[in-house]
Amino acid sequence: MSALTGTRHLARLILRRDRVLLPLWVLVLAVLPMTYATSFFELFPTDAERAAYAAGTARNPSIVALLGPVYGESVGALTAQRGGFLLVIVALASLLTVIRHTRVEEEAGRRELLGGGVLGRHAGLTAALLVTYAADLLLGLLTAAGLASTGLPAAGSFAYGLGAALTGVVFATLGGLAAQLTETAGGARGIGIAVLGAAFALRMVGDTASNDWPSWLSPLGWAPRIRPFEGERWWVLALPLVASALLAAVAYPVSVRRDLGAGVLPPRLGPATAGRGLAGPFGLAWRLHRGQILWWSVGFGLLGLILGGAAEAAGRSVEGNPQLEQIMARIGGASGLADAYLGATLSLAGLAAAGYGIQAALRMRAEESAGHAEPVLATGTHRSTWLLSHVVFALVGPVVVLAVTGLATGLTYGLSVGDVPRELPRMLGAGLAQVPAAWVLAGLAVLLYGLLPRLAPVAWAVLAVCVLLGQLGAVLELDQWLLDLSPFTHTPQVLRDTWSATPLWALAAVALALAATGLTAFRRRDVPIT
Amino acid sequence: METPIEVSGLVKTFGRTRALDGLDLTVRAGEVHGFLGPNGSGKSTTIRVLLGLLRADAGAVRLLGGDPWRDAVALHRRLAYVPGDVTLWPNLSGGEVIDLLGRLRGGLDPKRRAELLESFELDPRKKGRAYSKGNRQKVGLVAALASDVELLILDEPTSGLDPLMEEVFQHWVRRAKQDGRTVLLSSHILAEVEALCDRVTIIRNGRAVESGTLTELRHLHRTSIDAEVAAPLDGLADLPGVHDLRVDGNRVRFDVDSAALDAALRRLTELGVRSLVSTPPTLEELFLRHYEAVPEELTR
Repeated sequence: MSALTGTRHLARLILRRDRVLLPLWVLVLAVLPMTYATSFFELFPTDAERAAYAAGTARNPSIVALLGPVYGESVGALTAQRGGFLLVIVALASLLTVIRHTRVEEEAGRRELLGGGVLGRHAGLTAALLVTYAADLLLGLLTAAGLASTGLPAAGSFAYGLGAALTGVVFATLGGLAAQLTETAGGARGIGIAVLGAAFALRMVGDTASNDWPSWLSPLGWAPRIRPFEGERWWVLALPLVASALLAAVAYPVSVRRDLGAGVLPPRLGPATAGRGLAGPFGLAWRLHRGQILWWSVGFGLLGLILGGAAEAAGRSVEGNPQLEQIMARIGGASGLADAYLGATLSLAGLAAAGYGIQAALRMRAEESAGHAEPVLATGTHRSTWLLSHVVFALVGPVVVLAVTGLATGLTYGLSVGDVPRELPRMLGAGLAQVPAAWVLAGLAVLLYGLLPRLAPVAWAVLAVCVLLGQLGAVLELDQWLLDLSPFTHTPQVLRDTWSATPLWALAAVALALAATGLTAFRRRDVPIT
Repeated sequence: METPIEVSGLVKTFGRTRALDGLDLTVRAGEVHGFLGPNGSGKSTTIRVLLGLLRADAGAVRLLGGDPWRDAVALHRRLAYVPGDVTLWPNLSGGEVIDLLGRLRGGLDPKRRAELLESFELDPRKKGRAYSKGNRQKVGLVAALASDVELLILDEPTSGLDPLMEEVFQHWVRRAKQDGRTVLLSSHILAEVEALCDRVTIIRNGRAVESGTLTELRHLHRTSIDAEVAAPLDGLADLPGVHDLRVDGNRVRFDVDSAALDAALRRLTELGVRSLVSTPPTLEELFLRHYEAVPEELTR
């Protein structure tokens, strides 16, 4: 029996289990770049229009920080930049897919079931990696075909597709390594996402700085540096390949050396008795949510520090360019530009905070499915109390995360413009202004959980739609009523001089109504619904 | 004293499946009541209705004198529940879970908690994810048995326990009974029910098909007789209540209804009995009798 015996069967099992999810993300992520290209062809048909767009928007440091650099003014170059954020999503999807089929399986004990059969010791990891690599490659080829079909040069389309695919491959392999380190899937995901976050931050810093060496250290910085459509540098493709090989070279020996079910990082014993805090349902909920809220706060604090620090440079970047200065003057000059940049980043933080809210609300669903809710609800705990103990985190969590982001942003931005007392409260306010919209999605998750628990994860799909509306709405020139469907459309730009607080109250009211309806439904339904 | 559990005509449907179909169940104060049935027969559904987790579609349910749905919280303070598959929070230690569940019920006896941990040989410092199935079950049992409650609802609590721990479990259930607690013990381990239970309810397809003390249940069923008699046999086959008569020279074997036992024995002694073995029906036979007709029930 070789170390790879059974890989083929495991790969087929993975394909069978992911027959919906895998094609879905491959297809969606492959189609999006094509739609970007199409809309650029339509919106900016002439060189002059594209040049104006590149100067006004694509070279704007805030856009560069979020999407990556732009290497030219062709439709291809603009499309490649526009698809920059997709790299993060491809990386995340690849990472999570591998962990899902390695450590999750092991933690659930299903890997043990299969390990009793005829399986080589490398089969599990190899099958997960091969399937994900294949999905990434397919995504790359589909992306290339889609781009070429819009009339873009074939070489550039291929370079872009391959860059995206290899970014996925790097993070898939990283997932394979992370899965060896911890005993829990949650821990492995945490390691993977932390590395992804660090890679994003590095790329952001590198792309907005005068010298881009930090981007060369970031796996997310490599794909743009192939320069698709602008004199492809094919040798850059070697970087993700080498990185993946190195990661795999560490993951495989570790995977063989450890026991099934164990991690490299050892598990610790807990206390023999519960502390005083672990008493009621709220004490339990705090134990279940505190790790998440801590890590989200740390992550967003760091992000805020970086983004706030970059804002001043973003505001100054237009100096010496009369045409741009003229455009910028209309939105308030250099400080206006910095404010626009900060507003845009904080609204992205708002979307992410909504993700926190949904995640915290869906924790109830996980508790119910795992059989944890039943013994608690069979004690003297009211259903409403149990639900509220989790909903509190779904509502307070986004406030904490956004306040931390706002404060961190305000601190570094304030330091860079030498006016911390003014910028700190301003940015805190701008961060907190995102809270009500985030609450609406958290409230929706609570409603779904109470009413139709099996469909609760649909809240994620709604968030995805909101992200797409916010990201694509302007490019695709969608109707206002469509944009209005997203609660984030209604969040006022509080960094401007005049804004109204009415939408904020309305959003908060909607959120509370959704959550209250969810609570009422939950009190009446059967538990558990599995 | 009120009847702790009184269920009559209970119906619960999930979509098209009729999980409970007019179930009756009475558990008297201070008894250990065995709730027998194979997987999928409706035991856990009944228990979840009793706990107010599921809402009954029809029928009357009284728990500790209250309505399990409406008065759930007040009633739950007076009972402890161990699910058939105890799942623990992966990042909480066993000891933390025991204390948490105890506190949610309104406190537990620290002395008994320590005794229970010792007799079940459970390390309370391990994290939830590190426990085996049997040890997770022990965590649930310790939390329930250490609580000062009137009623224990145990849903197949010993799945995953080894025979030694099964003994420990039986000891603690007897002790709970001595302390005046009522126990509803759902199980498919017949030896356990036979060893512990005062009364038994057998459930099949969401209906109670038998209920009573083990003696009563046995009484309803046939005793097997295996005897050697002095004279050639006659007049036994005509007796009402005698079944499956097999004669092999002077050896006779037959099953007899409890009501006809006296008459059959008289007939045997008239012939002159040389040896006699009488076997009362085991619980297993009682149980299988209800399921043999439909073997697919057991595999479902």
